[in-house]
Amino acid sequence: MRLGDIAHARAGDKGDISQISVIAHDPADYPRLAASVTVGQIARHFVDLPAEAIDRYELPALGALSFVLHGALDGGVTRSLALDIHGKTLSSQLLDLEIDDGCTP
Amino acid sequence: MRRGRNTIRIGAGAGFSGDRIEPALELVEQGDLDFLVFECLAERTIALAQDARRRDSSTGYDPLLIERMRRVLPAAHQRGVRIVTNAGAANPLGAAQAVAGLARDLGLASIRIAAVLGDDVLDIITATPFALVDRSGSTTDLAGIVSANAYLGAAPIVDALAAGADVVITGRVGDPALFVGPLAHAFGWRLDDAELIGRATVIGHLLECAGQLTGGYFADGYRTQVEGLARLGFPLAEVDADAGAVLTKVRGSGGRLGIASCKEQLLYEILDPAAYHQAEVIADFTDVRFTEIGADRIRVSGGSGRARSGLLKVSIGYDDGFIGEGQISYAGSGAAARGQLAIDIVRERLKIIGAAVHEVRGELIGVDSVSRVTQRGGDPREVRVRIAARAADARAAVTIGTEVEALYTNGPAGGGGVTRGVRPVVAVASALIPADLVKARFEIVEA
Repeated sequence: MRLGDIAHARAGDKGDISQISVIAHDPADYPRLAASVTVGQIARHFVDLPAEAIDRYELPALGALSFVLHGALDGGVTRSLALDIHGKTLSSQLLDLEIDDGCTP
Repeated sequence: MRRGRNTIRIGAGAGFSGDRIEPALELVEQGDLDFLVFECLAERTIALAQDARRRDSSTGYDPLLIERMRRVLPAAHQRGVRIVTNAGAANPLGAAQAVAGLARDLGLASIRIAAVLGDDVLDIITATPFALVDRSGSTTDLAGIVSANAYLGAAPIVDALAAGADVVITGRVGDPALFVGPLAHAFGWRLDDAELIGRATVIGHLLECAGQLTGGYFADGYRTQVEGLARLGFPLAEVDADAGAVLTKVRGSGGRLGIASCKEQLLYEILDPAAYHQAEVIADFTDVRFTEIGADRIRVSGGSGRARSGLLKVSIGYDDGFIGEGQISYAGSGAAARGQLAIDIVRERLKIIGAAVHEVRGELIGVDSVSRVTQRGGDPREVRVRIAARAADARAAVTIGTEVEALYTNGPAGGGGVTRGVRPVVAVASALIPADLVKARFEIVEA
C-alpha cells in the first residue's frame, strides 16, 4: 500500500528548507505511520532532491510526523531554477511512498 | 469587543498578495467580525517592492492593496470592522496615504489609517556585520543588497489600534502578529505573557494562510473531496480572553473547515513545532488539539510558549543576477526522446557560442520537472522541454530563450509552442539581530 492510503500531507518552504508534514487520516494509524516513514525512507524516496540533512519531528497528539529537509530547494523560492520553486508538489509525491500494509500473516 | 459578547471575531481576508477578494467581503458582510486581516507579504515580496520603490518613491506597497480596499473598506467601515494588513511591504506610509486617498474618493469620513514603521533595518545590517543564518559569512559580505527588514512583533499593531486606527498597515511583521496584535489590544493582554501569547500565536498561525485552513488546499478530488472550492470561504476565529478559540467560516460558503486541514496548517512552515520563533514569544505547538464541535466548527486548545529570544529575524534581499528560460513542446511517439535530444542540443549550443550562463537546468515537463522520485517509465503523449540557467547579466540570460527558439527550424522534428523569458533575481538571505536595535513605531494618516 501507499502512504496516501492512510495519510495526507502538506509541503511548505522557508528559505532553502522544505517542510513536509504527514498526517494520519485515522489517528489509530499513527503508530504505523511513525514506524513506516523514517528519515532514511524519505531520503531514498526523494532520490532527486539534494537534501543536506533531514530532521524528523513526531507529533503523536496530532497523529502526525513533520520532516524538515535542509538545502532541498535549489536555493529557495527567491533564486531557484526549478519550476516548482516552493516544492509544493513534494507533498503529493511523498504520499506515493510504498509502506508495509501492516497485515500479519 | 461588541456589546453582549465575550469573544472577539477575527477573520483572514487574504493568505497571500494575489488572493481572491470576494471571500474577504463575504467575511465582512456575514462574519460579524471585529477585525479582518490581510496577509499579503511573502518572503521575497518586500525585496521586489523595495526595488520598485527605488524607481518610484510613491510605490513599494502591494499593488493589489488599493483594489482590495476599494472592495472591502466601505463594508468594513459601515460595520466597524477594523483592518490589519502587512500589504505596506516596503512603503507602509505610502500605502497608508494611498488608502486615505481612496477613503476620501469613496466618501468615507474620518477613517484613521496607521502605518507601522521601523522594520527597515538596512542601515543597521550594512553598518555592522551580523552572521547570516543560512550560510557562511555576514551581512556586510553580501553585495547588491536592496532591502533588509526585521520581523516585528505585535506591539506596534497594539499601539496603533490603541491610538484609534481603523486600518493598520505594516511592512514586515511576523505573520501571526497580524492576528495577535488585534487580540492583545482587544483583551488587554501583556505581550510578555509567554503562555498566553504562545496560544494566541497558534490562532494567528492557523488563520494566516486563509483558504489553506478551509479545505481547498486539502482537497485532492478523489481521496479527499471538498465541496464548493470555487466559492471557498475564508476562516475566522471566535477567540476568548484566555486565547481559546473556535475556528469557523461563514455559513453557506464553500470548502470545509475540518480537523485534517487544521492539522496541516498548524505544522505548515514552522520548522520545529516546539519552538516557533516570533518577536514576542517562542511558541510551542506540540500539545495543540482540535475538536469538532459542529459543522465547520473546530475548537482549538493547548499551545504554549516561553520567553522570547531577544533576537529578531531579518530578511535581506540582494541582487543575484538573472535567470533565462525557454520552453518548447513535443508530441506523439517518441516525444520524450525528442525532448531529451532538444535539451542535449541546447546544452551543446550554449557551449559552442560561449554563452556566459551557468547552472543550466534541462527538464521535461510531464516527466521530471517537478518530480523528485524515481520515474516509473512509460511513454508520455506529449512533453514540454524546459531549459533554465543563471547569468550575471540580462544579455547572457537571453541566449537561453534564443537557443530554444532556434529549435523551431533546426530540430529535432515537430517542436512547437516556444515561450521564453528573462527575469532578474532578488534573492533572500537571513540574519538575526538584537531586538533592542529595532525601533518599531507608527504614524497615523487621517482620511
